[in-house]
Amino acid sequence: MNIEIVTSDLLNIATLLIMAVIAIAIARIRNLFAVVMLSGIYSLMGASLYVILDAVDVAFTEAAVGAGASTVLMIGTLALTSSREKVTPNTLNTIKGLAICGLIGIALIYGSLDMPLFGDPSGPINHHVVPRYMNDSMAEIAIPNVVTSVLAGYRGYDTMGETFVIFTAAVGVITLIGRSRRRRKGGKESGGHGS
Amino acid sequence: MMQHKMILRVVSKLLIPFILLFALYVQWHGDFGPGGGFQAGVIFATAFVLYGLIYGLGSLRKVLPAWVTRLFLSLGVLVYSGVGVVCMLMGANFLDYYILSNTPHGGQHLGIMLVEIGVGMTVFAGIVTIFCAFAGRAAADVNPSDTAQEETHP
Repeated sequence: MNIEIVTSDLLNIATLLIMAVIAIAIARIRNLFAVVMLSGIYSLMGASLYVILDAVDVAFTEAAVGAGASTVLMIGTLALTSSREKVTPNTLNTIKGLAICGLIGIALIYGSLDMPLFGDPSGPINHHVVPRYMNDSMAEIAIPNVVTSVLAGYRGYDTMGETFVIFTAAVGVITLIGRSRRRRKGGKESGGHGS
Repeated sequence: MMQHKMILRVVSKLLIPFILLFALYVQWHGDFGPGGGFQAGVIFATAFVLYGLIYGLGSLRKVLPAWVTRLFLSLGVLVYSGVGVVCMLMGANFLDYYILSNTPHGGQHLGIMLVEIGVGMTVFAGIVTIFCAFAGRAAADVNPSDTAQEETHP
């Protein structure tokens, strides 16, 4: 029992440390191609962290979207822009940015002091609707994966909104950068590549 | 694109059917294990993105023309909200699935399955659409004379 807690703590600390190192590397490296790759690895580490926290559904999404799809989209963006970050050395701005980041960090840590401890059974998150979902969803919906019954059943309205968000995002991309190419090419090219 | 990458071409061709199969597994198995429409849609789209990366955007658009992704994009949303409207027409609240079948549990299962299919379709089409838009734009930028008139249309 004790060994199990120590192992999971070690895993947590190791994963978070690696994520911190990757974050610092992302901030320092100027080659944007390497930055995109590192952010993919960062997402993968986040997915492993979710697995350690037993949130396999979230881990699944993080690995598929964060490490997979968004990496490809970022590389696609790099093909449109330059793959090297433009640096304008300005010490005053650096100091200002550092001060703002430090202040926000302190404020966030101060805010987190009021939060219940991680996994605290008396925390508000474990009292409101969670016990009801855990205890009654088998009788009400009878789907073994409670995450699915919450997502599509109890919170079906929210999930519909999320689907509309994805729809709107894709429509926005088509309008902004997909259409212009189709117009331009017109009759010249059959079908066209632009979506 | 990537004419010489023999290993990539062969391996991706071997992998794509399994990626598609895994996506379908995730779609239909979301009730019992991790996964569901969103994840399945992303994985399904990943197979096509891989195909597009290796074989070029033109080949991808031959397999999956623009009208197909657009159809799926809107069809997914339509299926999701359609299930809600059907529930209303049958006399229950919007998205109250229990009325869809003889037993309340059967109705919940059917409703959740249909809704997840809708999510999967929209997510799949959304990712492929965004990828194609970016990749198509990048291909256009290789030829700068193409981009000259793009801001002129309303």
